[in-house]
Amino acid sequence: MSQIVGTQAPGEVPGRLRLDRITKVFGSLVANDQVSLDIDPGEIHCLLGENGAGKSTLMNQLYGLLQPDGGQIQIDGVPVRFDNPRQAIDAGIGMVHQHFMLVDVFTVAENIVLGREPGTAGVLNLRAARQRVRELSRRYRLEVDPDARVEDLPIGVQQRVEILKALSNDARYLVFDEPTAVLTPQETDELIEVMRALRDEGRAIVFITHKLREVRAIADRITVIRRGAVVGEAPPSATESELAEMMVGRAVSLTVAKQPPRPQGPRLQVEGLTVTSPDGVVVVDDVSLDVAGGEIVCVAGVQGNGQTELAEALLGTTASNRGRILLDGADITRRDPRGRLRSGLGFVPEDRKADGFVGSFTVAENLVLNHVESFSRRGVLQLGRIEENARRLTEEFDVRTQSTTTSVASLSGGNQQKVVLARELSRPLALLVASQPTRGVDVGAIEFLHQRIVAERDKGTAVLIVSTELDEVAALADRVAVMFRGRVVGVVDAGTSREVLGLMMAGVPHEEALAAASVTTAAEEEARLEAEVAEHVAELTGHEPQEEQHG
Amino acid sequence: MAERRGWAVPWRDVLITLLAFVLAFVVGAVLMVVSDAEVSSQFAYLFTAPSLALGASWDKVSSAYAALFAGSLGGIGPITETTAQAAPLICAGLGVGLAFRAGLFNIGAQGQAVVGAMVAAWIGFSWHLPPGLHLLVALAGGVLAGALWAGIAGVLKARAGAHEVIVTIMLNYVATGLLAFALTTTAFQRPGRTDPISPVVDWNATMPRLEGTRLHLGFLIALLAAAAVWFLMERTTSGFRVKAVGLNPDASRTAGMSVPSTTVLAMLLAGGLAGLAGVQAALGPTVAGTPTPLSAGLVGSIGFDAITVALLGRSRPVGTVLAGLLFGALHAGGLAMQSQAGTSAELTTVLQALIVLFVAAPALVTTVVPFLRARRASLTGTTPTTGGLSS
Repeated sequence: MSQIVGTQAPGEVPGRLRLDRITKVFGSLVANDQVSLDIDPGEIHCLLGENGAGKSTLMNQLYGLLQPDGGQIQIDGVPVRFDNPRQAIDAGIGMVHQHFMLVDVFTVAENIVLGREPGTAGVLNLRAARQRVRELSRRYRLEVDPDARVEDLPIGVQQRVEILKALSNDARYLVFDEPTAVLTPQETDELIEVMRALRDEGRAIVFITHKLREVRAIADRITVIRRGAVVGEAPPSATESELAEMMVGRAVSLTVAKQPPRPQGPRLQVEGLTVTSPDGVVVVDDVSLDVAGGEIVCVAGVQGNGQTELAEALLGTTASNRGRILLDGADITRRDPRGRLRSGLGFVPEDRKADGFVGSFTVAENLVLNHVESFSRRGVLQLGRIEENARRLTEEFDVRTQSTTTSVASLSGGNQQKVVLARELSRPLALLVASQPTRGVDVGAIEFLHQRIVAERDKGTAVLIVSTELDEVAALADRVAVMFRGRVVGVVDAGTSREVLGLMMAGVPHEEALAAASVTTAAEEEARLEAEVAEHVAELTGHEPQEEQHG
Repeated sequence: MAERRGWAVPWRDVLITLLAFVLAFVVGAVLMVVSDAEVSSQFAYLFTAPSLALGASWDKVSSAYAALFAGSLGGIGPITETTAQAAPLICAGLGVGLAFRAGLFNIGAQGQAVVGAMVAAWIGFSWHLPPGLHLLVALAGGVLAGALWAGIAGVLKARAGAHEVIVTIMLNYVATGLLAFALTTTAFQRPGRTDPISPVVDWNATMPRLEGTRLHLGFLIALLAAAAVWFLMERTTSGFRVKAVGLNPDASRTAGMSVPSTTVLAMLLAGGLAGLAGVQAALGPTVAGTPTPLSAGLVGSIGFDAITVALLGRSRPVGTVLAGLLFGALHAGGLAMQSQAGTSAELTTVLQALIVLFVAAPALVTTVVPFLRARRASLTGTTPTTGGLSS
């Protein structure tokens, strides 16, 4: 298959990249159904859709990782075909992956030249590589030390390396696949700045996301994908609920209707809990936390700051080496997971596929997975009761499954999560610990799951939610505990602003964060006024304002 | 696929298994023809007198397979020979299969069967208890010995993370060596003998049999064991845990199950079943009416054949019983094939291996048999037309 590259000479303003009626089929699943997309230089094009809508499949075809079954890719009207990423890169396509494709033990410079190492006769010229990195990072104001090892860098900086890597190949079309999932709000803002700068330089940006707030902040153009097909384009001025409705296909309420909490006495008390990972790193550092009955406490933080280990230590699958855990006054620190589950702990693990269910077990079996004793007599399973339990719960939680004997692995992500939540909430609970309860769940199902969690709170259960999504924290929390590098930076009220939470997530203590945030709010206020003035001017002159102000 | 409960018969699997037999027999026939000097010499005249070559081949193959059939299924004698051969294979196969389902690769059925046979035989010839009780005690002793032998691997895995494959393989060597050594001691060696052979097991400890045949209690026990394993796996909380741990240890741990104790339990049960296979070798009567005395080769390769039986039976009790019967029939028929048709007994081993090869590689069968390939295409290859989801 010969490859035809666009006729653009380097240095010229690049032309339009067009995905023309791309179709991709996996078995009986149509992942992309005649998807057309125009990617223009100087534009940030947001590709919005739920998990599994087919965004990544589409981009993998653009990047040469997959080949379309129908339709074609055109650059400047000339059809091109990418049999592998190399050809896509040569055509000017760059990809910043969701999971960074970097070699951890290599330095920044080595990573950036990986795949097209400069040098003569097979001898690597690292000096040239370093020089290249310095040049690029100066040009795009993306500061990185070319000699730093990638594994030593914070996530946000690793992402910069990924971007630099794409730029070093002179990518004219840059695809960002869910780039903000691992970033703090401040890092996200920085990334947005970088994306804008790249756009202003005349590059085309494709920004894949399911976060509505970011779309509205940055998009010049929005294309919404649902179930593999383009639903339509939305103007950047569309509201979040309009976008959500397009994504899901029906009206969605983004906020949870909930009464003010009526906290009773503390049910969960964590005192000085410390967890050390097998390689000797303190991952949970002297954490103390109370959760009252009838209250939802959210643990916010950027991924990888000890929340996962904290949750696992509460269940007992990760051993803590110091501190105490009290549930309703009883010390459960020495109890094994089974003992804790029996004392009324409900647990929704972060990675449900790995820890939440047994994929090849049926829906009915998974619904009793951690309390099968209650459905047995003298060690013999009571299949009738297991089946009845499954019928009741699948109906109550609206689990979309062919039957109760369908394997859970064959359900969609949202329905799998419903099975896990239904199982936990079907038992009488003293404490519910749920990590990322709606990760990978459709917007429509999020609403429902949030309602169920609030209902559990209202029954008097103490609820601890671990979430990296500030939207979720805002929707659910009565109080927020922010974690950074294993420590609880502070416990604040639910009404705390995003800016303050964001600063705390980067390790800034509450008071300092408040002070710093008030400065930024002042600056923002000024910007808002300016924008208002601009709007007036625009109205007077008959021009549309260029950008939608947010926040 | 999604439906797991109920009695839905996986027809495709059944068909592939049957075709695997056919293919194995075809390849076996070719091997017979080329390995027989007399028959292959006729092929020199293939083009001048094809009937000679083909006739000789036909005679050879048909007489061998006829003997195989007659020796395994041709009458009450052969049939009971088949059941007698099958019983230990079923028991050990159940043990291997149960461990499989707990996510453990129990290569040690051989060693577990050896210690089971040792203990059962020793109780059988050195103790002297009343009828009934003696058999029961010997049986229990053998099962317990097998369970504990496998339990070593289970505990080492649960406590120290030692891989069960390595530990069970090593324990096989230890068990074989232990038996060889024991047969030189006064406790095991028959008085007055210099070769390593034990005394004959007491009549009270011998499994009762249908007079004049080889159908003995052991086969009934094997069937009961299969039923018990089915009940354990499908109807009890312990079986539920074993399956859960085997399929997803992380989720099981999160659900409050103890992976180490489930591992130990599964190994104990697997070893007990393999030990039961050893008991059958030690206490099951031969045609003469008394069990074969304990010797280094008494257990044969039951423990290794059991792995193939379990694989062929897809680790399910019913499948294991059927696979055990098949292998029992091949063993029984192989003896007849050797004596009546003059075909090497090794050929049955080759047949077994070929059957397992074809069963284990369904893709191979579907490639060789185009009819099945077409069928599969019509079943799953329905290429969806574009626009299916968006409408």
